[in-house]
Amino acid sequence: MTTEEVKKLEILAYEIRKDVIVALKNAKSGHTGGSLGLADIFTALYFKVLHHKPEDPDWAGRDRFLLSNGHVCPVWYAALARAGYFDVEEFRTTLRKLGTRFQGHPSRLDTPGVESSSGSLGQGLSIGVGMAYAARFDNAPYRVYVGMSDAEFQEGSVWEALMAGGNWKLDNLTAYIDRNKIQIDGSTEGDVMPLEPLKEKLRAFKWNVIEADGHDIKEIVTAFREAGAHRGGPTMIIFNTVIGKGVSFMEGKAEWHGKPPNEEEAEKALKELDEHIEEMKEGGD
Amino acid sequence: MIKLNEELRLVDDFENVERIPTRDGYGKGLVELGAERNDVFVLTGDLADSTRTAWFKEKFPERFIDMGVAEQNMINVAVGLALSGKVPFVATYGVFVPGRAWDQIRISVCYNKANVKFAGAHTGISVGPDGATHQALEDVASVRALPNLTILSPTDFWESKKATIAAAKMKGPVYIRFGREKVPVITTEETPFEIGKAVVYREGKDVTLIATGQMVYQAIIAANNLMERGIDAGIINVHTIKPLDRETIVEAARRTGAVVTAEEHQVYGGLGGAIAELLSKENPVPMRFVAVNDRFGESGVADELLEAFGLTHKEIEAAAEELVKLKK
Repeated sequence: MTTEEVKKLEILAYEIRKDVIVALKNAKSGHTGGSLGLADIFTALYFKVLHHKPEDPDWAGRDRFLLSNGHVCPVWYAALARAGYFDVEEFRTTLRKLGTRFQGHPSRLDTPGVESSSGSLGQGLSIGVGMAYAARFDNAPYRVYVGMSDAEFQEGSVWEALMAGGNWKLDNLTAYIDRNKIQIDGSTEGDVMPLEPLKEKLRAFKWNVIEADGHDIKEIVTAFREAGAHRGGPTMIIFNTVIGKGVSFMEGKAEWHGKPPNEEEAEKALKELDEHIEEMKEGGD
Repeated sequence: MIKLNEELRLVDDFENVERIPTRDGYGKGLVELGAERNDVFVLTGDLADSTRTAWFKEKFPERFIDMGVAEQNMINVAVGLALSGKVPFVATYGVFVPGRAWDQIRISVCYNKANVKFAGAHTGISVGPDGATHQALEDVASVRALPNLTILSPTDFWESKKATIAAAKMKGPVYIRFGREKVPVITTEETPFEIGKAVVYREGKDVTLIATGQMVYQAIIAANNLMERGIDAGIINVHTIKPLDRETIVEAARRTGAVVTAEEHQVYGGLGGAIAELLSKENPVPMRFVAVNDRFGESGVADELLEAFGLTHKEIEAAAEELVKLKK
């Protein structure tokens, strides 16, 4: 990737953050922190990594992307909108409102680009394993991607899926963990139910494990490429992220897991994001 | 013996019926499907023999997946296959699917409208000696409230085979319920089967017996005995519990003015509940419910258990007689 390209995507990731803030402010409910924390990963996915055709969401050769932790769908909707699946304004104004195509949690039958409905944690990886199994059976060229939260690894079914994916050596499957170490009741490690040593556990389940900075576009893209090149088993990318990334008063705060910004907070957040975009633009190289 | 609708080509002799488990019909149906089309996959959770999916495995090993004892993953792997254009059939005991994988069924199967066909084998009290933990008596209730789902409860071998094949032909989620024990074969290969269409075995004047699964046979015996006591009972086999054949059921209630339901399931939330919901709105008539009365099962031999839990023609007859008296 050229530095110019990286910079373009970095700026786009901040535009997506702005979409998320506006949509959640208008919705008056929803999950802000995780959505902001994933903006760089979703930008990399939809603008660099995934093979897809926004004008033809059902294109048979598309890579499949599943979002297992459906509650962070605002960032998904924003990335899909910016990629051209639908009008960004429709998303920003109707999210979570009666009659919308943009449900509070992803709904396959409502939103173009959504492969599977999700919202109850711990289900996406199993579906991805099934899709990867089918793709391999058909010798299909596409890959299957699954986005996961870290706390959902507390669900037992995730380990069932890990066992199957590893056992079947599904190297057409890449999953990532949004490792922000924050869940509703606090820190995954200190307050609730620790996941560590996570890498070792995943390797024991026969997964290839890559760790990367979830806020560095270049590292994110490289991690996905390495995963795609790996043979003999599925890959799990642990992306270290900061919940609320990009908005200083939300960063690292569990309280921003499940609440939207009010008018005043949104204004403050948008101002900060705009300033950051300006800095990046002026930054040059 | 009372006369049943001849167009249905049911067996001639109800007193000397052949007995085959419904799960055998499932196994045979899957093998037939496997030969007919290459998009059919079969998944089981370490229960290939007892769900009769081993027969499919033998013929089409490349499309058979043993998921191990992991039912939640099994349902969602099936969802992944279905969303990739396959037609997956999932089979394990009813206590595990839908039992253990209900959330997966709710969101990933039903909300997604994924084309997954899941089967609960070993449902009902007649599972026998394994006892309460393995006797699925709440499976229908647990999934009947889910939108987009079709629920099939075939009565015998042939109907199970036809239900399995018909499930593959329709698009959308289907739950099929089977039993473990050998049960009377009352239909034939020629008997028509259509998902969503209740089958009127006999019209009757005084009361309608509406049954599902192996209780249909008990309803036939009951109707025969009732006739000897001067009560003309209709018989309807409801193999599709959802969506209900509203028209046929309302029509029968109107004609006879009394309804007895019979099922190998808890009294709450199953066939009886579904019919009561329908009739209370469309055509209220006095009803009685032959079902398991809000208690867990226990160990025993199938026939003993059916007697002990009140799931025989005798309870159906008593309920019908009570209703007929009530009408007078």
